[in-house]
Amino acid sequence: MFYRESGDFKKTYQTDSQTFPIKFDRWRYYFVMLVAFIVIPMFLTDYSANAVMIPFLVWAIAALGLNILVGYCGQLSLGTGGFMAVGAYATYKLMTSFPGMDMVSVILLSGLITAVVGTLFGLPSLRIKGFYLAVATLAAQFFLVWLLNKVPWFYNYSASGQISAPQREMFGVIITGPYATPVAAYLFCLVFAVGLAWMTRNLTRGRMGRSWMAIRDMDIAAEIIGVNPLAAKLSAFAVSSFLIGISGALLFSVYLGAAEVTEAFSINVSFAVLFMVIIGGLGSIFGSFVGAGFMVLMPVLLKNVLVGGLGWPTDLAAHFEFIIVGGLILIFLILEPHGLAQMARVLKEKLRLWPFPH
Amino acid sequence: MKFNKLATVALVTLAVSVPVAAELVFPSLSYRTGPYAAGGTPVADGYADYFTLLNQRDGGIQGILTSVPECETGYNTAKGVECYEATKGDGALVYQPLSTGITYQLIPKATADDIPILTTGYGRTSVANGAIFSHVFNFPANYWTGASRIINHLLAENGGSLKGKVITLLHHNSGYGKEPIATLNVLAEKHGFELIISPVDHPGQEQKSQWLQIRRDRPDYVLMWGWGVMNQVALKEAANIRFPMENFIGIWWSGTDNDVLEGMGSHGYKAATFHAVGNDFPVYDDIEKYVVKRGLAAGDGSNVGSVLYNRGLYAAMLAAESARTAQTLHKTANITSGMMRDGMEALVIDEAVMARVGMPGFGPSFSVSCENHGGPGMAAIQQWDGEARQWKLIDGFEAPDMDVIAPLIKADSEAYAAENNITPRDC
Repeated sequence: MFYRESGDFKKTYQTDSQTFPIKFDRWRYYFVMLVAFIVIPMFLTDYSANAVMIPFLVWAIAALGLNILVGYCGQLSLGTGGFMAVGAYATYKLMTSFPGMDMVSVILLSGLITAVVGTLFGLPSLRIKGFYLAVATLAAQFFLVWLLNKVPWFYNYSASGQISAPQREMFGVIITGPYATPVAAYLFCLVFAVGLAWMTRNLTRGRMGRSWMAIRDMDIAAEIIGVNPLAAKLSAFAVSSFLIGISGALLFSVYLGAAEVTEAFSINVSFAVLFMVIIGGLGSIFGSFVGAGFMVLMPVLLKNVLVGGLGWPTDLAAHFEFIIVGGLILIFLILEPHGLAQMARVLKEKLRLWPFPH
Repeated sequence: MKFNKLATVALVTLAVSVPVAAELVFPSLSYRTGPYAAGGTPVADGYADYFTLLNQRDGGIQGILTSVPECETGYNTAKGVECYEATKGDGALVYQPLSTGITYQLIPKATADDIPILTTGYGRTSVANGAIFSHVFNFPANYWTGASRIINHLLAENGGSLKGKVITLLHHNSGYGKEPIATLNVLAEKHGFELIISPVDHPGQEQKSQWLQIRRDRPDYVLMWGWGVMNQVALKEAANIRFPMENFIGIWWSGTDNDVLEGMGSHGYKAATFHAVGNDFPVYDDIEKYVVKRGLAAGDGSNVGSVLYNRGLYAAMLAAESARTAQTLHKTANITSGMMRDGMEALVIDEAVMARVGMPGFGPSFSVSCENHGGPGMAAIQQWDGEARQWKLIDGFEAPDMDVIAPLIKADSEAYAAENNITPRDC
């Protein structure tokens, strides 16, 4: 019914090894792109952009970054908040030091700076593994936040240690600062999200991604078959931090517009992103997006239903949000420990056979 | 990914379907949950109750009913932005986010949307420069005037000189807590005292090392910029090391009923304040009659009369009086947020106004102008009486050392203007 695969023959190696080998998947992908790039911008309001879509894209990039490290390379990290902070502060310093620099370069450079920092903090991963590595990256989280809060140069000696993003334009359209239109800000984030997802997808299908997965599945065996653990682990840290840095940069410059390191990039952020990855599905690009969607959209949806729809008191609704979201996380993890991406995978396999299950 | 899109569509329809009525809307970005709920709840209650009182007693402000849609921020900046976006479309007149972090987020956004922000006693201090911050107000007092007021109090205690004294600043390690450092540094240089900075990380439960340091440094005075649980922990630690309480002075956010300890532990502790304490005001009779008796009190009604409830009441009164000024100024009862801004800029609070609203002597007299959005920064010093279990004003409303603060405000606001390409208005 949905998947009509008969007659869909591949005549070249290229068509055989494409990202979406099944025609239906491919069309679905084009459809999502069409909706994301054309349909959603037509309906964007200030609220739906700033409270729903932009945070969703920003957190999806962060989840994608962490998924490379945790899901593909098997290195548990709790330093996400710290690395996002590096990206945000790098953006701030670049934006204020070089006012003429265009935003794409600023964001990409911030990502690269974060990649360097992330690689540095990835060095211990060569010696320590599992939970011990989690503790080492936790140290990165606390150290980076402390550093960015302690040294006034990072926040240009402002009285309160807050950083705020000045207005910047691209092609004459304002994309950061208060006068940015929701469509411009959304599309700017979307281009990064799609571009980075495309890059990650291709990286994970290539030699680098395969070496990450070899390390994840059994590092000693991987070493024996010739995977260099130094290169594999450090490249995973670098690429992961690059994405997380970009997400932090977008969070600060496009989404929030101002940030305070202890609040916006606290340890809670690290946990939230880890939850996104686990709920969405380890080692899945699609999972990163669904995980971020779940963690970002669910509270907003619940708030609107409970307070806006049912007229509950705000504090009661806020507490119920915690209960419902927490309960849903538990239910999802019990029903499908491999995350929402695995649910989608199972559904797809069922649909491919449907309506004849044998 | 498709499911997300569906959820978005559902959200968008929810967000759009909010009714618009001819009311004066004062959104309350409150926090009744999270680590700072103990402080956020009474302020939100006072804020809501004052507008309920106006509706019940006077039928609103000059005949237009008020409404206070509440949105829970949990003291979280991202949620604060969500709340702002969710409520601004309903004709919001003024925002009072009660969080320095959220204020920083909203300053550029609200300015772009032509909605004023009022931060009484918090937020970014340099917004007092109205030429650069056209839509942000922080009358009647801010952190820098508060810091200076406390130092003035200490100067008076020490016969006009603090030379050779050692003062420790124990502060919440956030934008809020860092605000007074610059001012205190300048004051330290001017008056010749030594300033030791001692940051406490969010949420402030862990202060052992800071107090160990205080024990070692033996400062003459400890100043505190704390919020929430940090205040109670600090007072407990101070009592533990037998630090003389009368030498321990907090800013107004560290001087509430929640903070002081049971028993005599914090007897003698001082705090700055920019409004009176207690419930001995005519407005409280009206609140009892029109709000509490009718079962309309916000929250569970248990906070009526507490220090932070008074602060919420005072903030609401300032907003309501600004709206009234705006109505007179623009000769229309149905004002917009832009008119509200003009009203705030033309606000005059004198004894006659305070008597009319039933709060004689509750706060200082002041007026706002185009170039000065901060008022005179008058503040008083209150002291906790552990026997009577109440705060007492021991040093009345006095002006701070503006010679020190004015250049700091100018420098900080001009740095902001340069970073964000803002041309100062002509005032």
